[in-house]
Amino acid sequence: MLNREFGMNTKIIASLFVVIVITALGLYSVTISANLQNQHLIVSTTTSLYETGLLDVLKTEFESQYFNINVSFISQGTGLAIQTAMRGDADMIVVHDTARELAFLEDGYGVNRKVIAYNFFIVVGPVGDPAGIRSMSPVEALTQLKHAGETGLIQWVSRGDDSGTHAKEKRLWAAAGFDVEDLREMSWYLEAGSGMTATLKLTHEKINAYTLCDMGSYLNNYAHGNIDLEVVVEEGKDTLNVYSAIANNPEKTELVTANFEASMKFLEFLISDTCQSILADFGTDDFGRPLFNPYISLLENNRDSDTVQWIQDLAYFDGTECPEVYRYNAANIYE
Amino acid sequence: MIDLTIIEAFQEAFRLIITADPEVFSIVTRSIYISGLATVLACVWGIPISVLVGLYSFPGKRLLRSLFNALLGIPTVALGLTLYLLWSRSGPFGFFHLLYSPLGIAIGQSILITPILVSFASSTLGSIDTKIKDLAKTLGASDFQISLTIIRESFWEILLSITASFNRAFAELGVAIMIGGNIRYVTRMLTTSIALETARGDIPFSIALGIILMVIVLSITLIINYFRKD
Repeated sequence: MLNREFGMNTKIIASLFVVIVITALGLYSVTISANLQNQHLIVSTTTSLYETGLLDVLKTEFESQYFNINVSFISQGTGLAIQTAMRGDADMIVVHDTARELAFLEDGYGVNRKVIAYNFFIVVGPVGDPAGIRSMSPVEALTQLKHAGETGLIQWVSRGDDSGTHAKEKRLWAAAGFDVEDLREMSWYLEAGSGMTATLKLTHEKINAYTLCDMGSYLNNYAHGNIDLEVVVEEGKDTLNVYSAIANNPEKTELVTANFEASMKFLEFLISDTCQSILADFGTDDFGRPLFNPYISLLENNRDSDTVQWIQDLAYFDGTECPEVYRYNAANIYE
Repeated sequence: MIDLTIIEAFQEAFRLIITADPEVFSIVTRSIYISGLATVLACVWGIPISVLVGLYSFPGKRLLRSLFNALLGIPTVALGLTLYLLWSRSGPFGFFHLLYSPLGIAIGQSILITPILVSFASSTLGSIDTKIKDLAKTLGASDFQISLTIIRESFWEILLSITASFNRAFAELGVAIMIGGNIRYVTRMLTTSIALETARGDIPFSIALGIILMVIVLSITLIINYFRKD
């Protein structure tokens, strides 16, 4: 009896010991991770940018230049990414939705917007292209898809998650003269309500389905063998996809940001030659072509190209990427 | 096609374990310590509550018990979202700086698993109650001594409910992703990596991580059950 009690007590003491060790280790690692870096910069960004792995490469390069700044990325759909920054839970945003970026500036949340990169959205669909939209313009293609959908020939898969890609899709439907609210009621118009990869896989599983996609996600999933969809509508002015970075406004009281300087360092890094050349190469090893195109180097080397004109038409406000009133101590990043 | 992916996934899981892939290793240890911390926290308040609910009778006990049983089904995302709004820099408790921190995830998970711990542990204590209580009483034990004896008698069952709570914390996604934000090297855990790799389209890697998660959960439970026999 006594022995048994003793054994049980030993066990209880042993378990207590384990518990204390785990707690100590936990608290120790929490303190370590908090003290190791002086500044902790949080960048709120979109899934299409993060899921390619590009940002992890940029993080490594940036932190080797500024060893006292630790960058973290929170990746969400553009809508949520902007909301996170508006709540003050991120120090800056890197997103791709011009309209909402302007609102972010106008409402006083953001300052110092810079256009950093671009690529193109594409329409992908089943091999053989049953709707016959190959090499049409995006607007013609959507009109044709609607007709084909109504006859039951094809289905359209929408992201349906308020992401930048979803916003682009809605604008394209509007440009073709249709109201998305009406389309949503139709049986051939499906809403995935999830990220790009999940939406692509849904499109792949459905019979004769098409969707709008960014080039990076398409190449990535195609290379992984997740989908055998084909690109049916290629790049053009209407499918331009422009990524910009905006810092949180240090004077907006709700934002409680203490990292304005760090976010400006990261912004300057994004438009630096080092970063722009990483952008130009990223993806070539895996996909045989880059996933993003650097904008700053395009401006420097080929200012008169159509693409520059398209970007300025689409993603500039009154002829500038960031109107004077939304600039904050940033003469160095604007020419 | 599907079979191939699963075979590939097992090969990948095997490779990751054999080579002790540094990033995967750090993700696994981070998951274990965050969920471990959550379990410890849950025990700090969960065990006293279980003893109270399991061994003592007081007004409102039935209600409290039902409440904990109902909370067993709390959606992790809803809990994560609520805590997110409370801990947001612009929220009422923003000054704690718990958002996007490992400690924040641990606290969130401890709240999530408290009902599991309390429901399991209190019903274990309650079931042993009558026989031992009578015996101890005839031997002249005080109320406190009786409680202590019952806790000792049900040691392994309580340990099992603690393990079940840990497993739940270890395998949940909602709190980890809403509170932690899946930041690489800081708050990236097994479940958030699985979600990310699935979103990235690397299906074999996701399943491999899932296999690692299952192996850990299963091993812990098996080890506890093994020692329990003696």
